[in-house]
Amino acid sequence: MIGADAMVKCLEEEGVQAVFGYPGVAICPFYNSVLNSSLESILVRTEQNAAHAASGLARVSGKVGVCAVTSGPGATNLITGIATAFADSIPLVCISGQVNSELLGSDVFQEADITGAVESFVKYSYLVKNPEDIPRVFKEAFYIANTGRKGPVLIDVPIDVQNAQISKFKYPTDVNLRTYKPTVKGHAVQIAKVVTALNKAKRPIICAGGGVLLSDAEKELREFSNRYGIPVVSTMMGIGAMPTKNPLYFGMVGNNGKPYANRAMNESDLLIMIGARVADRAVSQPDLITNNKTLVHIDVDPAEIGKNVGPHIPIVGDAKHIFFDFVKYEIDADYSDWIETLNGYKKAMEPKRNPNPDYVDPAAFITMLSEKMEDDGIYVADVGQNQIWSCGYHIVKDGQFLTSGGMGTMGYSIPAAMGAKYAKKDKQVIAVCGDGSFQMSMMEFATMKQHGIKAKVIVLKNSYLGMVREYQHYTYEDNYSVVDLSGSPDLEHLAKAYNMPFIRVHNMDQAEEAIDKFLASDECMLMECLIDPMDLVK
Amino acid sequence: MQKKVFQLLVDNTPGVLSRISGLFSRRGYNIESITAGVTADPKFTRITIVTSGNDEILDQIEKQVGKLVDIRDIKELKPGESVYRELCLIKVKASPTERQGVIAIADVFRAKIIDVCTESLIVELTGNQEKIEAFINLLEGYEILELARTGIAGLGRGIENVTYL
Repeated sequence: MIGADAMVKCLEEEGVQAVFGYPGVAICPFYNSVLNSSLESILVRTEQNAAHAASGLARVSGKVGVCAVTSGPGATNLITGIATAFADSIPLVCISGQVNSELLGSDVFQEADITGAVESFVKYSYLVKNPEDIPRVFKEAFYIANTGRKGPVLIDVPIDVQNAQISKFKYPTDVNLRTYKPTVKGHAVQIAKVVTALNKAKRPIICAGGGVLLSDAEKELREFSNRYGIPVVSTMMGIGAMPTKNPLYFGMVGNNGKPYANRAMNESDLLIMIGARVADRAVSQPDLITNNKTLVHIDVDPAEIGKNVGPHIPIVGDAKHIFFDFVKYEIDADYSDWIETLNGYKKAMEPKRNPNPDYVDPAAFITMLSEKMEDDGIYVADVGQNQIWSCGYHIVKDGQFLTSGGMGTMGYSIPAAMGAKYAKKDKQVIAVCGDGSFQMSMMEFATMKQHGIKAKVIVLKNSYLGMVREYQHYTYEDNYSVVDLSGSPDLEHLAKAYNMPFIRVHNMDQAEEAIDKFLASDECMLMECLIDPMDLVK
Repeated sequence: MQKKVFQLLVDNTPGVLSRISGLFSRRGYNIESITAGVTADPKFTRITIVTSGNDEILDQIEKQVGKLVDIRDIKELKPGESVYRELCLIKVKASPTERQGVIAIADVFRAKIIDVCTESLIVELTGNQEKIEAFINLLEGYEILELARTGIAGLGRGIENVTYL
């Protein structure tokens, strides 16, 4: 058995079904070994999308997403995808081929110091120099990626290590990492303090972040909120933790969120932040969430607690465990007046739009689409105006909402939807992007056609980089610079070139019929909605 | 701004020092000095970092460094409860007539003369940072040609809170 066989065997041992990637000489021994395995290799059209696809798979399956690329440009192309996963704490194992270990450091063809390059946005990285280390390294990598605060791990394997004979293969059953022991269980004293605070509070609120989804604690959150009647808001990464129409849910916070969600958070007297970073876009004025209130900050990563704001009650632990501990206590409090106040805010402060009837109104369209989607459908939003409209108007029932929140990586939606659809073939998976983000990853239609992955794509077309145009509208008095997307391809022809069905929607009168047709199709399909180029999210 | 000395026990893996120094540079933390050396068990390295910042920064440094996968333990070496030592080598320009003067200062500080040439000598001094600063100040009358300091290494006093090796 050679190192490459061992790498493949490790992936099989971890229950990996698919590897998203792109071969090159330095990873060829691995891709040769893959042929004699149960693994399916998905050939993406550019490496960045391998990481995004693995991220989509990870987010809908709870498993670690895996991608494999070659050395040099293959590895460096992967970097944006790794950084995107790191920013949103998505578990990935990224395998890169590397030049012969004896030539490392001599700038040979397709050599890049990838472990050095990704240092600041991986949870950990390995450069494997001894083929006998492969089983241990893979075992550790999967463990590190998917425990504690999840994240990407990179394994760089020189070609001679992949080709070297190994004496015997034994996949470790346990991980023995002396230095890595994440805290998952919250401190009992701190938990009791929160319960006491809840008993005293008149206006408590929970702000759920992406950590709630990553720890698979949606059910526990809903149960906790419902049992004691505690209202919930969410960050962008926390969308889907509560169903949008749950009477206790009051929308997304942040400068692109619902005004009533921010007001609810700011006026509360007890704010329980869970699995959220208190990031700048979610909480633009950290002092507002500590003024006149008790702030509880719960996160599995101790470094997040106190980084942006000092909480009164810090708890380090995993959301699922913490909720499990919370519901053991009885809380004797009635917050129904507070809920009534919040419902009043919601009614009075829902943003009003004046859509142009000559175009598709993205807000109404997204709501109509999500109401018609299956309950457990998966909606993948890209980055830009489309993302803000999706956050504001998509209705999550029992499905999932995926987007690139921390890094804001354009082009995320199509490959992520592809990975999600691969993992959940029986679910509806729809990517919604703008015409800018679409052109960053439209090459993945070929991947989907090749591998029979039937995710669907909706393009909200305004022929502008809309989010930047909007910024230039407000900040530079409509002096538009480098935001005009004319020259873009005719999507009807593009769909034809990929042999895909296509629908174009010009206005809201056509929307319902188009959506019905789009959702009924069992093909990988493209829909284009013409939206007002001058439309604004604010 | 206050100064803090952290002691780290880390797995002796390739690149561990670069992971730590990279963390300091990308998050904008200060490093005044960093020393590293293998412990009694060659699997581990002990690192002493002198850093400075306000309370929030110092708290973040401790948490962010502690979060790195290779770090087994991080703790503050508090001034009253720890000993710090630094090694300093100083090459002083000294003609045969000036030599005795330098040797006299070195004697007061229990520094050692470890090399003598016709026009210079090298003095070795071990001590805490204040002692080294004072010694360098006293040598001001002479010309210091080269100076090398190791940065401090430290250990907590007593047998409580011993993080092995």
